[in-house]
Amino acid sequence: MTAAVPLTRKDFQTDQEVRWCPGCGDYAILAAVQSVFPELGVPREKFAMVSGIGCSSRFPYYMNTFGFHTIHGRAPAVATGLKVARPDLEVWVATGDGDSLSIGGNHTIHMLRRNVGLKVLLFNNRIYGLTKGQYSPTSEVGKKAKSTPFGSVDRPFAPLALALGAGATFIARSVDVIQPHLKTTLKRVASHKGTAFTEILQNCNIFNDGAWDRIAEKDVRDDNLLLLEHGKPLIFGKTKDKGIRQTGFDIEVVTLGDGASEADLLVHNEQHPSPAYAYMLASMDSRPGFPTPVGVLRAVDVPAYENLVNGQVQQVITQKGRGDLGKLLRGPETWEVS
Amino acid sequence: MSTATAPPLASDGIKREKLANAVIRFCGDSGDGMQVTGSQFTNTAALFGNDLATFPDFPAEIRAPQGTLPGVSGFQVNFSSEQVFTPGDSVDVLIAMNPAALKTNIADLKTGGILIINADSFGEVDLKKAKLKTNPLDDGSLSGYRVFAVELLKLTKAAVKDVGLDAKSVDRSKNFFSLGMCYWLFDRSLDGTLRWIDEKFKGKVAEANKLTLKAGYAYCDATEAYQTAAYEVAPARLVPGTYRNLSGNNALAMGLVAASERSGLPLFLGSYPITPASDILHELAMYKNFGVVTFQAEDEIAAVSSAIGASYGGLLATTTTSGPGMALKMEAIGLAVSVELPLVICNIQRGGPSTGLPTKTEQADLFQALFGRNSEAPLPVIAPATPGDCFWVALEACRIALKYMTPVIILSDGYLANGAEPWRVPGLDELPAFPTRFRTDPEGFQPFMRDPATLARPWAVPGTPGLEHRIGGIEKQDVTGNINYEPENHDRMVRLRAAKVAGVVQDIPDVVPAGDPEGDLVIVGWGSTHGSITAALHALRAKGHKIGHIHIRHLNPLPKNLGEAMKRYKKILVPEMNLGQLAFILRGLFVVDAISYSKVEGKPFKQSEIENKVLEVLK
Repeated sequence: MTAAVPLTRKDFQTDQEVRWCPGCGDYAILAAVQSVFPELGVPREKFAMVSGIGCSSRFPYYMNTFGFHTIHGRAPAVATGLKVARPDLEVWVATGDGDSLSIGGNHTIHMLRRNVGLKVLLFNNRIYGLTKGQYSPTSEVGKKAKSTPFGSVDRPFAPLALALGAGATFIARSVDVIQPHLKTTLKRVASHKGTAFTEILQNCNIFNDGAWDRIAEKDVRDDNLLLLEHGKPLIFGKTKDKGIRQTGFDIEVVTLGDGASEADLLVHNEQHPSPAYAYMLASMDSRPGFPTPVGVLRAVDVPAYENLVNGQVQQVITQKGRGDLGKLLRGPETWEVS
Repeated sequence: MSTATAPPLASDGIKREKLANAVIRFCGDSGDGMQVTGSQFTNTAALFGNDLATFPDFPAEIRAPQGTLPGVSGFQVNFSSEQVFTPGDSVDVLIAMNPAALKTNIADLKTGGILIINADSFGEVDLKKAKLKTNPLDDGSLSGYRVFAVELLKLTKAAVKDVGLDAKSVDRSKNFFSLGMCYWLFDRSLDGTLRWIDEKFKGKVAEANKLTLKAGYAYCDATEAYQTAAYEVAPARLVPGTYRNLSGNNALAMGLVAASERSGLPLFLGSYPITPASDILHELAMYKNFGVVTFQAEDEIAAVSSAIGASYGGLLATTTTSGPGMALKMEAIGLAVSVELPLVICNIQRGGPSTGLPTKTEQADLFQALFGRNSEAPLPVIAPATPGDCFWVALEACRIALKYMTPVIILSDGYLANGAEPWRVPGLDELPAFPTRFRTDPEGFQPFMRDPATLARPWAVPGTPGLEHRIGGIEKQDVTGNINYEPENHDRMVRLRAAKVAGVVQDIPDVVPAGDPEGDLVIVGWGSTHGSITAALHALRAKGHKIGHIHIRHLNPLPKNLGEAMKRYKKILVPEMNLGQLAFILRGLFVVDAISYSKVEGKPFKQSEIENKVLEVLK
């Protein structure tokens, strides 16, 4: 490998016209990824972006890396094959809430179960965009959309809670418009061995505008965002006056000074021995009065699938010796005809 | 007579009747070990040097209620001193382990044929389970056969009484008694099976099985009645070489490994378990020391999708399945057509539609293979003709997939998959080599530029500096591969993809009819009907009929001389285990009066069925 000229953001931009709607949150995610990739110390040709179908899945076309825009829901499966075949590659998956949680839900959970070394960016805008505005598996109950004129009666998934249920070793959450946080999170994603599953709260300004205002808008977000930092107490609020305290098997929001001090609060532990802690974080914001935690919710070390698969192949070769085709063809017993 | 090793217990002076061939069928409850018994007899006959063909026929249920009609499992083997093409239309020796097996199989036993019955399982309850009102052993219904009612269980118990085995295990050994009897009847060595028992079983069970096998042999040797049922079937005169016994699924698995070695690409199999394809997954999972990666996916879609991902990464990628799984894979196969990546899809056809008859054979997925994807999505389709041919077809499919950057479908079927035949082991120099070249030069690279001879696009795998590019299922601009929705471009790309697949015709052999090169009738077949058609052809030509046989291996594109070859005959008969799918295509493409002969019983054609149909058409 030659000592390459350092890569820049421009090296990851393609000549393709970006075809997302003006104002789409995807632009911000693209910008963050293009600014983080040059900092990872990975040669450009080692990146492969794999996607399914949907607005988010156009992502590979705009990244000047190897890219594969596959079919609806199947990106984790295609990417699993690629990563197992080529563990030397950095394989990133761009997907959406419909793509990965609805039509591709099965592949998503099995990718997580196996802990394949894939970096998954789940663009969650709580709506189907490319099919023009039907409710998605993350839409809130009562969602009025084209296919639910009287409101959806479906209960939504909490994507990170689902991922934990499937045995995720890394889950993180960030927001399209909070660029510094998104970039920091992406760097953590890049360094995880195993499936790094990232929910990016993303605004679809055409079909579901403002879905994340509570978290994205500058004037209110500090009261609703809980910035997670490993080893730090769970504190949030514009004036950092609120925190999360454990009460038996449950949690509660407390106001600091009001009978509660920092010492009473839960301290964030990405490597908590029980995934129940991360589950509590992942599903917290479905409860009134609770904030939305962002950052790395859980990151634990578990061997990556592709290493286990290829390791086993190498182990068998070591044990049995490299296969002899002639011997294989002859099989256990032969006879001669002359 | 000559045997490889003399039977250990054979006594001298038995007068054995010489037979050209014999057909044995072992049948019993699914738990009776009939598949094992049949396979063992087959291996022994193969090692002895007989040509042979087998037909394992078993229920989809793992253990249907014991003794019932749906639970009957059978294994038929036709072994011969001459060339064998089918497992045989009718049976010379039938081993029936219970009344249900007897009832469902007796119709196929030749008049005067040998019938060995496990007399211990003909009690009132057993008869009731088989829905028999009278006992065939004494109601006279078996008078046309040479019946040997043997107390198999009692004799097995006696043979193993010193081993100290529990009753259930003793019961499980009794199939070896019947196998030992068959070895005596046909003067076969016990050695192969004794070795196999030692490899397969341990301790008391191995001991009991060996004792039972020997006891069955000794029982016939010592019982006068069997002295008139002693036969010999001499070894066949096959093409000289080293031979082994091989089933279709094993052959296919080995062919894929061979293709991996010859192409220099590691093999990746993405698969989801499905009958009757699973054995390929099982087999390849054992070949990890060949660098084979097997991935048991979460579903059929992930199986093919992971293979596409591996192919994108530069591996020789394959997926194995059967009809219902094929239906699930089709969208992804369309993606492989669109992005033009090499991929080998093995469909081991079974009875359908839907779940259909999982353990039975059929060849009704031809239309699905040719036309089962949305839009214009042509791809090469190849079908093996015999179990051993599955090996060569696997190599051929890989060769075409890699050379033309295209998915290729192999249409095998349950009969080929589970059937076995002696297979001449090829030398490594007989295997085609097809070195693969990845694109590495960035100079002038475009992802959808094409080789002028093959129209294949370059295979530019991730990790290659300077070749970063994007592919996808959206329509691509010719040459650049960029997203493109222009009408003229789409028309051009559809035609280019079709022309590429059609161009494979330059790379495949012409058909060469067997039998008469012209005449009154040609039988046109594909896939596993090869054996029955060949046997019928030989018989009919021996009677003076002027007929030929064209067996189509490449179903898409079809060989370029096919139309002309067929037109040299007055009539065209197309036997298929479907409702006339190939016949439909031949009629459409060549405007010939192809007569369809259909059978969809989940069973292969009998030689006699094809003979009779030819005679009827020739009238």
